[in-house]
Amino acid sequence: MTAVDETMENPEIQRDDETAPTLVVENLKTHFFTRIGAVKAVDDVSFSVKTGEILGLAGESGSGKSITGFSILGLIDPPGRVVSGAIRFKGEDLVTATPERLQDLRGNRIAMIFQDPMMTLNPVLRIDTQMIEAIQAHRKMDKKAARQRAYDALEMTGIPSPGERLNAYPHQLSGGMRQRVAIAIAFLNEPDLIIADEPTTALDVTIQAQILHEAQALCKRTGTAMIWITHDLAVVAGLADRIAVMYAGRIVETGVTDDVIDKPLHPYSVGLLGSVPSANKRGERLNQIPGMTPNLIGLPPGCAFKARCPRASDQCDATPEVSELLPGRKIRCHHPHFEEAAQ
Amino acid sequence: MSTEATPNLAGADGAAQAAPELAETGAVVETPFKRFVSEFFESRVAMGALFTLVAIIVAAILAPLITPQDPYDLGQVDIMDGRLPPGSEAFAEYTMVLGSDGAGRDLYSAILYGLRISLAVGITSGLIAIAIGMSVGLLAAYVGGRVEAIIMRIVDLQLSFPAALVALMLVALLGKGIDKIILALVVAQWAYYARTVRGSALVERSKEYVEAAASLGLSHARIMFRHILPNCLAPLIVVGTIQTAHAIALEATLSFLGVGLPQTEPSLGVLIANGFEYMLSGKYWISVFPGLALLITIVSINLVGDQLRDVLNPRLKR
Repeated sequence: MTAVDETMENPEIQRDDETAPTLVVENLKTHFFTRIGAVKAVDDVSFSVKTGEILGLAGESGSGKSITGFSILGLIDPPGRVVSGAIRFKGEDLVTATPERLQDLRGNRIAMIFQDPMMTLNPVLRIDTQMIEAIQAHRKMDKKAARQRAYDALEMTGIPSPGERLNAYPHQLSGGMRQRVAIAIAFLNEPDLIIADEPTTALDVTIQAQILHEAQALCKRTGTAMIWITHDLAVVAGLADRIAVMYAGRIVETGVTDDVIDKPLHPYSVGLLGSVPSANKRGERLNQIPGMTPNLIGLPPGCAFKARCPRASDQCDATPEVSELLPGRKIRCHHPHFEEAAQ
Repeated sequence: MSTEATPNLAGADGAAQAAPELAETGAVVETPFKRFVSEFFESRVAMGALFTLVAIIVAAILAPLITPQDPYDLGQVDIMDGRLPPGSEAFAEYTMVLGSDGAGRDLYSAILYGLRISLAVGITSGLIAIAIGMSVGLLAAYVGGRVEAIIMRIVDLQLSFPAALVALMLVALLGKGIDKIILALVVAQWAYYARTVRGSALVERSKEYVEAAASLGLSHARIMFRHILPNCLAPLIVVGTIQTAHAIALEATLSFLGVGLPQTEPSLGVLIANGFEYMLSGKYWISVFPGLALLITIVSINLVGDQLRDVLNPRLKR
């Protein structure tokens, strides 16, 4: 770990490394201090995203994936707080950054796309107003140039007749179009990193596929790194370069998408993938993971998944450490499905 | 793409905010304002009230041009014309359509001039109170925590006294004059606006578009005033309209009680008070006509406010 720290703190070493990650999150802990106790929404999370890479952050509701995203942007409201850890964005620690610096980065170098396009656009402001505002918040540009830039961004997302959309109010657009507008806004200032918080969940499946395709193409074209937060592994499977699976505030498994989908190592990933409906299991009962997501308040020590895990043993009362079982495959488990994966 | 190219489909998911036919994304974009105007005029009562109100305001503004007498110019007021019944001929050879008061003022002229003062005082104090209350309420909702607690307790304290009492105490303390009346009315009213704005701003603040605006790196001031505030305007407009009527009534009350405006510059309240002592002797017109003018003004403002409330409240939509 110290070796990594040195690498990150010394910009000269970093410059030599061609694939220097855009974002490195190390041992991030974001806790919410409620009256009944601390909720460890994000507990010791580490990952990194490279330039042009799409990282899929998967997990069920309440696993802390959205809070991880908000932590990066510095948008955690009290009673929540980043307790410890580091978020290094191009070598700069965001945890210790001033609010002014964070405000400068937000929407400029790091952008966010939200889940529900019905809610993320201000209902009383026209699309062009909202887009021009997002540009002018970060760069000196006259209104005409900013409007042209907004037009170009909309066109880039494949929205039909962007000129008319600019003059429209959000309620005049469909969900898919609004999400395209949201994506265009995210790309407006050519950010280095985009955090997409389940942006396709509220859309129907055909639009979902289009949005996924557009977002992926835009990332590859602009070299923007992206964190795609989702609960739907099927979405991530076709989109992300790497996957990180989160459970109860911890990343339990990371790896290249195809590896994780084909040969999941963590029992939770196995369960999650087993519960995805597929054509060759038609008519059969879907597998489900028994039990419920644990309450994050007063979580007992040890592996958070042990109560639902078919492989749990007494060993699981001790918190499993992160281990790199295969190259590029990090996992937090005492009893991984290693034998199956090796076959 | 084909699904998105059909604009009518947009209506289904935008139903919460827009009637389906409004989801047309043709070349002509119907602004929320245009829709608001057409909905407002659906009610004949509201239309009539608005028309009356506009007529009153225009008459008040044009008062010097359409009245035979300037009631503030003592050279034009003749004590010999005092207490003449409606339709009498004045000494200066014009008809006093509504009669005259005890000092010999033509009531028609005095009412229009009085309306000027009443409206000016009501609207000015309303605007100042809105500006203050709005900023304070918005700040409370946005910042939250201790700031909010302190602001809202002051508001609670203020609202626990009747507005008339607060204004009365202040005017008694400050003395007579239009500026003092306006100050008293502002102090008596700002808390209503603060509470209204804070309430709706709290709702808006928790909405996702505020978070999205923050994620764009917009400043706090911008998010507050440009994103949250416009979404809180609906209740503010309604409360503002009704409160303006209240302010006019309150000013009349203070003047009637003799602590408001001076006798030389009679507002409607002063005129009513002047005629009050003659009521029992049959000279009804001195009090009744200014009273009617006040009544019509306040009722039409309230009717306009009611219709605004109906139009701006999505829950009352048919």
